[in-house]
Amino acid sequence: MAEVVLKSVEKQYPNGFKAVHGIDLEIKDGEFMVFVGPSGCAKSTTLRMVAGLEDITGGEIWIGDKCVNEVQPKDRGIAMVFQNYALYPHMTAYNNMAFGLQMSKTPKNIIDQRVREAAKHLEIEDLLDRKPKEMSGGQRQRVALGRALVRKPDVFLFDEPLSNLDAKLRVSMRVRIQELHEMLKAEGVPATMIYVTHDQVEAMTMGDRITVLNAGRIMQVDTPMNLYRKPENLFVAGFIGAPSMNLVDGEIVEMGGKVFVSIPGGVLPLPEEKAEKVRSHVGKKIKFGLRPEDIIANEVHEGGEGFVTGSVRVVEQMGNEEFIYFNAAGTQFIARVNPEQVKNIRKGEDYRFWFNLAKCHMFDLETEENLTL
Amino acid sequence: MNEQDRKKLIAENDLRLRKRLARRNGINSGLRYFVLTFVGLLMLYPLIWLLGASFKSNAEIFTSIGFLPSSFDFSGYVNGWKTSTEYTFTTYFINTFKIVIPKVIVTVISVTLTAYGFARFKIPGKKFLFSILIATLLLPNLVLRIPQYIMFNSFNWLDSYKPLIVPSAFAVDAFFVFMVIQFMRGIPKDLEEAATIDGCNSIQVLTKILMPILKPALISVALFQFMWTMNDFLGPLIYISSVRKYPVSIALKMSMDASALVHWNQVIALSVIALVPSLVVFFLAQRHFVDGITSSGIKG
Repeated sequence: MAEVVLKSVEKQYPNGFKAVHGIDLEIKDGEFMVFVGPSGCAKSTTLRMVAGLEDITGGEIWIGDKCVNEVQPKDRGIAMVFQNYALYPHMTAYNNMAFGLQMSKTPKNIIDQRVREAAKHLEIEDLLDRKPKEMSGGQRQRVALGRALVRKPDVFLFDEPLSNLDAKLRVSMRVRIQELHEMLKAEGVPATMIYVTHDQVEAMTMGDRITVLNAGRIMQVDTPMNLYRKPENLFVAGFIGAPSMNLVDGEIVEMGGKVFVSIPGGVLPLPEEKAEKVRSHVGKKIKFGLRPEDIIANEVHEGGEGFVTGSVRVVEQMGNEEFIYFNAAGTQFIARVNPEQVKNIRKGEDYRFWFNLAKCHMFDLETEENLTL
Repeated sequence: MNEQDRKKLIAENDLRLRKRLARRNGINSGLRYFVLTFVGLLMLYPLIWLLGASFKSNAEIFTSIGFLPSSFDFSGYVNGWKTSTEYTFTTYFINTFKIVIPKVIVTVISVTLTAYGFARFKIPGKKFLFSILIATLLLPNLVLRIPQYIMFNSFNWLDSYKPLIVPSAFAVDAFFVFMVIQFMRGIPKDLEEAATIDGCNSIQVLTKILMPILKPALISVALFQFMWTMNDFLGPLIYISSVRKYPVSIALKMSMDASALVHWNQVIALSVIALVPSLVVFFLAQRHFVDGITSSGIKG
């Protein structure tokens, strides 16, 4: 039972490189928080600072009602699951799981009970006598998860735990970790979980909330859906979502009292709600953003002005959907369409693409902030 | 040609081809084994001769080329063991082990600690210190003999085993330190971090996590040190002056010039005995030793 609070946490290496620039973050008790960002964004460093494996050079970290800046990792009430499992190769699965409890001089019968309980949850009872090298990657990661579980920590820390697993295992482990979180909650001992990943799918599916990091700064902290629908800045808009949001240079113009956005391939009328937000930017250059699924590629769309004409370069068929890459005035866009609706789109031909402007985003070029929220 | 004939023909061809391949493989491996056995025997011949000669009479040693003695004569072993001094070889063997065992133990401990420091901790001037350590690898041992002798003399340590053992407690064997450091670098740091979270302090990380993983490397260190110390001649020769304290290597030499007439069968018999401990230890530790020099101990 513990919330984790970071207060202007900084990390500067002895060579002067500043990896973390004053992070402020509040992770609620029992929350599943995901840190996501491109490589080198300091997501792992931040996690390791919470774990106490990395010194902090400024700010405070609180776990529960205790400032843990000077507290040893073992006394922070945490357990960590590492990317490459970090199982002790000379110990059996049982001893790997029991080791931490043995170190804290827990009575033997309690250790045994907890290890067997965790093994049952994770379905690794028949692996307990095996050493790590006799197990597959997925089994090792389950043992590593078990090692964290038996300690009954207040905070679970996951450092890209699924990166070394193949795609199929990753999905089942993802579900297992979520179930674990739910199970602890149901048992009345909710655990705070902090999960670092570079995989968007993991971030979007697992997190109660997601912290998007870039270059040692927090870009946005929000629920998965809000990050997707209401990115606060250009970075989050470009980072979240696959394929990523179309982001093109544009300009806000006003003609006859109406506000338009001028982008390569067309001048599009903004709906009233969006127009209000960007009226102050009339005449200024902005970044225009639209999700691929908000571009409607249909030859028989009913009228309107909000379209650009583009020539199709590539059509990628994914089965349940199609990605259409098209060029308009030298700029590339991507549309995500339902294959049932567009049967006749062919490479090399020109089509009209309707933009659902009610869902567009516009970003200030200097501050990179979203003007349309 | 119908289908059945065709299949038969293919099967026959297949069989013929396979037989030819098998024959060629047989000839190949036969040849290979022959060459290897021949060269192996050639290399081992001196040792085999030594073993045979230890059972020969003194006169026969220099008169026959073959390694099989005309009759098995154990007098070389019996008389050699008694030696021409007032002590038997039992004393000398005990003396050797009085040097070897403590030296191996302190070497393993000091080397592990030093390597741990170099491999895992931030120490001011670490790079410089490490380069000095490596530089000592290149320094011929002989140039140190005189200053060391003077130093140990002023400590009043001459004619004791201390000059032979104590330096090893300070990880002077740079080669071992280097070897263990290389091993340690191959161990992922995650393991130690996991152990830290599990509640280990630095020393516990070393003893509970690293040392078990390093076992093959540490066994190699112990084995090398055992054999080298066992065979060390110059060290004891310089520092040990009383016969009572001689180790096997010096005692062997002594049996060669104790009297005008050298009993070669005794010298040879004792050489064979002197080889035994190293051989036994090597074969006991062989599996780990090979692991130690071929892998870093961690896979997948």
